[in-house]
Amino acid sequence: MLVGLIDTIDANGALLSEIDGATGDGDHGINMTKGVRRTREVLGNREVTTSEGLEMLGNVLLTEIGGAMGPLYGSFFNEMGGACRDAEFTDKETFGRMLDAAVEVMTDLGGAKVGDKTMMDALLPAHEAYRAALADDADFPTALRRMADAAEQGKESTRNLVAKLGRASRLGERSRGTLDAGAVSCTLILKSLADTLGGGSSGNA
Amino acid sequence: MQRIINDPLRVVEDMIEGFVRAHAHIVEKTDNPRVVKAVGTPKQGKVGVVTGGGSGHKPAFIGYVGRNMCDAVAIGEVFASPSAQIFFDAFKAADGGAGVACLYGNYAGDNMNVKLARRMAEKAGIRVETVIANDDVASAPKTEREKRRGVAGEVLMWKVAGAKAASGAPLEEVIRVAQKVMDNTRSIGVGLTSCTIPAAGKPNFHIEPGKMEVGIGHHGEPGVAVMDLQPADEIARLCLERILPDLPFERGDEVVALVSGLGATPVMELYITYRKLHDLLGEAGLKVAHAYVGNYFTSLEMMGVTVTLMKVDDELKELVAAESECMGLTQFKHA
Repeated sequence: MLVGLIDTIDANGALLSEIDGATGDGDHGINMTKGVRRTREVLGNREVTTSEGLEMLGNVLLTEIGGAMGPLYGSFFNEMGGACRDAEFTDKETFGRMLDAAVEVMTDLGGAKVGDKTMMDALLPAHEAYRAALADDADFPTALRRMADAAEQGKESTRNLVAKLGRASRLGERSRGTLDAGAVSCTLILKSLADTLGGGSSGNA
Repeated sequence: MQRIINDPLRVVEDMIEGFVRAHAHIVEKTDNPRVVKAVGTPKQGKVGVVTGGGSGHKPAFIGYVGRNMCDAVAIGEVFASPSAQIFFDAFKAADGGAGVACLYGNYAGDNMNVKLARRMAEKAGIRVETVIANDDVASAPKTEREKRRGVAGEVLMWKVAGAKAASGAPLEEVIRVAQKVMDNTRSIGVGLTSCTIPAAGKPNFHIEPGKMEVGIGHHGEPGVAVMDLQPADEIARLCLERILPDLPFERGDEVVALVSGLGATPVMELYITYRKLHDLLGEAGLKVAHAYVGNYFTSLEMMGVTVTLMKVDDELKELVAAESECMGLTQFKHA
């Protein structure tokens, strides 16, 4: 799962920077790529548990990648890792807890809501869709697919939003018309998780 | 991209090394390669003054570490907030047992990293209080001042708080005067060209020749409005038009004026701008207690100018007049 995540983010570095450049300073891809490559270095050839891997990624992002994405994604992965520490394998319940923990810390730290044109526009609907699927008694792959689809839709919705938080919010109306870079990277991450855990392909960003 | 660098991914490392070598009698390294402190820090019993932010704004932030100014700085990648760990290590470097005042600019990354760093400091028994700079009038309406970003006004905040801390004042007092600066300071910037982050390799926005961006950001963000390029006198007038009513500055007020280039602006042009600014301030009934003109808070190689005005009373005047020694602002008392 960790390697899949790392590869996905690394492969999309230029795209993320380009999108970020439209309304920000164009470094989202650089920072995310730096973070995942560093994690690859730290990981080396070791075998780690899912929990250890996620916490490793989280800690690298927290300590080595500043910006806004360092603390946000750092906390995101840290909390996910923490939530599955005692689980033998990641089943649908465990992943639900992982998502819950990640969403809670992101809300506490960043404070963004749906409609603010941030990564939360992808994450919050994705979380809701996953929880709804579980309540519907869906199986793990189905729940993951619904989560990925909801993230994709949430990401697309940011195109016509005016940013309320982060650097893009300084632009007012001029921030409308492009996707939010955080929502794009978040969707990539959720899709990567869905692919690895659900055993299927959820398509590209 | 024509730059004088080595590896574009190591510009910050190379810069820090060059800086501490050049200014060895003012600053020194710490255990964290992204934290630099003033020589002689920490002073036991003195409030530690810390700042931090992304690189690319020199003299901010590292250039304001020195005597009667900041005690330690958290250094981030170009235009990116330093991590929580870096801020925390800066708190530790500056801590003399009397608490730490963390004075920084209002940006999402910095806010989150400082928040996390404060939690780490609390666990370590270091008391950290903050003042967040929000002097830029272009970034949010007056009714939402807490959303405004911090720009060149931060320099005055460090000057005042640095002097206050050096006088032996307790943490509450250092915070109080830092907040007083931000409550009485307003700024705005006008940009003529954008800039390029070395690691990115190309500018991420473009200003048409013949145009200028009003309300420009310090990180390559476009401004809030684009207009035809105006002469310096008109730019000065335009800036004051937006700043004066925002506080508001009133007839009879005394002010400190600070005009900063954005990195590529010929210093000559800053003085040309100040010429008219000074006249207009006089016409508005404002007396200039002190003027700073030069590169105080830049944005790599952006062309442009920022205007900052701080309303001062006797307390702020005295603190602004204090001596200081750092790469960005060295000042002596007049006889």
